[in-house]
Amino acid sequence: MSVLVDEKTRLLVQGISGKTGAFHTRQAKEYGTKVVAGVTPGKGGTTFEGTPVFDTVADAVRETGANATVIYVPPPFAADAILEAIAAKLALVVCITEGIPTLDMVNVKRVLESQSTTRLIGPNCPGIISPGKCKIGIMPGYIHKQGNVGLVSRSGTLTYEGVHQLTTLGIGQSTCIGIGGDPVKGMDFVEALELFERDPETHAVLMMGEIGGSSEESAAAFAKAKMSKPVAAFIAGQTAPPGKRMGHAGAIISGGKGTATEKIAALEAAGIAVAKTPAEMGATLKRVLR
Amino acid sequence: MKIHEYQAKELLRRYGVAVPEGKPVLQLGEAEAAIRWVQDKTKNQLVVVKAQIHAGGRGKGGGVKVAKTFDEAIEKARAIFGMQLVTHQTGPEGQQVRRLLIEQGVDIARELYLGLVVDRGSGRVTVMASTEGGMEIEEVAAKHPEKILKQAIDPAVGFRPWQARALAYGLGLSGDAVKSAVELFTKLARAFVELDCSLAEINPLVVTKAGSVMALDAKINFDDNALYRHPELDALRDLDEENPAESEAKKFDLSFIHLDGTIGCMVNGAGLAMSTMDIIKHYGGQPANFLDVGGGATAEKVTAAFKIITSDPRVRGIFINIFGGIMKCDTIAEGVITAVKEVGLKVPLVVRLEGTNVELGRKLLADSKLNLTAATDMADGAKKIVELAK
Repeated sequence: MSVLVDEKTRLLVQGISGKTGAFHTRQAKEYGTKVVAGVTPGKGGTTFEGTPVFDTVADAVRETGANATVIYVPPPFAADAILEAIAAKLALVVCITEGIPTLDMVNVKRVLESQSTTRLIGPNCPGIISPGKCKIGIMPGYIHKQGNVGLVSRSGTLTYEGVHQLTTLGIGQSTCIGIGGDPVKGMDFVEALELFERDPETHAVLMMGEIGGSSEESAAAFAKAKMSKPVAAFIAGQTAPPGKRMGHAGAIISGGKGTATEKIAALEAAGIAVAKTPAEMGATLKRVLR
Repeated sequence: MKIHEYQAKELLRRYGVAVPEGKPVLQLGEAEAAIRWVQDKTKNQLVVVKAQIHAGGRGKGGGVKVAKTFDEAIEKARAIFGMQLVTHQTGPEGQQVRRLLIEQGVDIARELYLGLVVDRGSGRVTVMASTEGGMEIEEVAAKHPEKILKQAIDPAVGFRPWQARALAYGLGLSGDAVKSAVELFTKLARAFVELDCSLAEINPLVVTKAGSVMALDAKINFDDNALYRHPELDALRDLDEENPAESEAKKFDLSFIHLDGTIGCMVNGAGLAMSTMDIIKHYGGQPANFLDVGGGATAEKVTAAFKIITSDPRVRGIFINIFGGIMKCDTIAEGVITAVKEVGLKVPLVVRLEGTNVELGRKLLADSKLNLTAATDMADGAKKIVELAK
């Protein structure tokens, strides 16, 4: 088992013919992900390296039975791509695109909340991988190892760093979810923790947060109230100055809120082991593994 | 993107938001005409001279002065123009005042607060109002959260009149002031959405003695991701207010933030870049910058990044920390080699490479005979650079 994606996942790629979409579609196929369709308006009826391409998401779903989609379309069109996928009732939408206007995502979130069929991961995220089964997104597949630790993170390369540390210690992962660094997004920590708590194959969770917002605090409250599995965490941006946006649109301390100190205190109060430095993420998780 | 108060007010005026009469002064020679213009327009000698810098806290820093006569106004304008204004947001070095706003004096009955933000918790644009105008709103939020009224905008139906009324009555307004406030709130909400703002703050929002509601100050930030659909806003950018290295970095699509330490960092990915700063500090060093070269960095981008870091005279060591995913380690290695050949290397350099094509990248660096120190992991790299940069 794993969460959200596995060998039964039938993936659709929105923006399959673009440079990024094409590159990562090849990587996903190489990893063993079942890529069943692509969508590029105007290219319906053609194929991309053996994969049928459709004009609309609805066509692709009807013809191929796709149950998940990954979006690589440019920022001005990405919100529309998400909405099209929600309308086609896909169970999982993973949006990799970075740089979507915030107010576009405000509209998307409104639609997302008005239904219960589709889950959104991202935007501005590395994607999701269940090692050995299915890889959706831009993470390097080879650093992962199949196993029993769930990983959820707001970051991209920092996630790889955490995965690498786990794999080096011989600890495999059930599923790794990159929820993305934008202020308005789909899945948040709590939803991921809920999934990992329910998954019998996940024995512990490594959570990687960063400054800005209060998602980590909500996650701490959830873990304390509802989780039986051990959780380890790291918060990036302990030394970030207030008022400066640290790359991610969401990573900013404003009005004295969203500091690493507050987040670490909330996590520790909930019994979560927090790594002191980013080099100790794997070791910290190992300590809490029973 | 941030803009000046006078630019924000010009935009708001176009949306029908009530703002005081005023004229900007971009060169000191324009001050006389601007003061006369405001005095004639309002038939009143009283004007306010306001320093225009992006940082807040201008009043406390001495950048906002009231003048009762023309001569006094000119005197204040001369004093403020060109001064090095220090506020709690500028840092101790302050910011030079290169622009002024000459504005009518307003008879104030009450000072209120009005702000619009995208609330990440609800994922909605939220209008906040408070009776505690003029204060630092963060302080109010911390000490008296009940004094901040909130209305979240449902994007399906937009900001509704009942929401505007709820805020106006909640602020204790009555009679014509309610009507005036409802109009202002509604127009500001429309401007926020149409212009893709990330923040719009009116502090203070004032009720005049005549009973109307007016934006006495205006602070607007735009969502950088949405600027592509507002090309007209680009003209409002003031490069004097931006750190030159940060502007240079933007040209190469690098995410760079200048900090006060001595160890330059080059990292791929924002989370890893923040973590790299954290671990440098953990081992006793101070980062000189945040720099994310991004996921798809090319050799050119790496070279540009290297130049930006080395242009800071305070940098006494450089730490390159790369976890290659899409970005291949050999690409980074090539960029570093090119950059060092072009700009030279006067300070110690520690490189930690991991991920895609790591062996190839390490080999390229080793073969280059550059004077650099290789690190096995993040902690090792941080320890080494802190030691070398002492």
